[in-house]
Amino acid sequence: MPVKVMIPTPLRPYAGKRASAEFQAKTVGEALGHLTSEFAELRKHLFTEEGKLRSFVNVYVNDEDIRYLAKENTPTKDGDTISIIPSIAGGSHSTRTTGRRTKA
Amino acid sequence: MADETALWISGHLAEKIRAHGAETYPHECCGALLGRDSSEISGTDPEAEESTPGREILGLFPLVNRRDDSPRNRFSVTSEDVLAAEKNAREHGLEVVGWYHSHPDHPARPSEYDRDHAWPWYSYIIVSVQGGAPQEMTSWRLNDDRREFSPEGIEIRHRAAV
Repeated sequence: MPVKVMIPTPLRPYAGKRASAEFQAKTVGEALGHLTSEFAELRKHLFTEEGKLRSFVNVYVNDEDIRYLAKENTPTKDGDTISIIPSIAGGSHSTRTTGRRTKA
Repeated sequence: MADETALWISGHLAEKIRAHGAETYPHECCGALLGRDSSEISGTDPEAEESTPGREILGLFPLVNRRDDSPRNRFSVTSEDVLAAEKNAREHGLEVVGWYHSHPDHPARPSEYDRDHAWPWYSYIIVSVQGGAPQEMTSWRLNDDRREFSPEGIEIRHRAAV
């Protein structure tokens, strides 16, 4: 039975401009796997190269943050809504941690 | 992503961003950029880049920097803040098209930390605040490959914000 994945605005250009997609999935991880299989360009924005969810990517099942559930193993059931909600971070570089400079 | 993107903003709102940066100095300020985006950038379809991207800032949603530990060189906006900003935008018939923050005593250039934490599509306005006085203001968009930002021109539009 399908679960609905809500795609945040900044990622819609990589998901055929869709605001949501539905998948058969028993867990959050399975649903996100289907999502990034269908829209491969989403993967690098959601996951690190090691395959972990990026720290500023927040995933909710209905209104529950999966960090407080079973993370990507959080079970899903028919009719559940999985929401991908951004958090935003940044700041001027600290003097000790600069890596390669970005293009000015 | 189109290279020649431009961001339209009224002089009044640009001043409000500068003033927010001065107000929170030496800490970083942050907030959401509310507006409209009429561009047809698909990220996957090169033909779509032929259309002229149009993005206009029509409101701001100032936020409290959640980084209590290092507010001088970091800012953080929680997912709850993001949802609040999106709700505020919807109430005004707008959407969140980007974010602004200040770089106290640093140039208005994105840091490696900025890039590592950035989302695509959003406009990231950075205002440099030197010794408490706002200076240069720039805008940036993350490239599709996440490797670097592209500069985005800021066009000051001299009419009242909606």
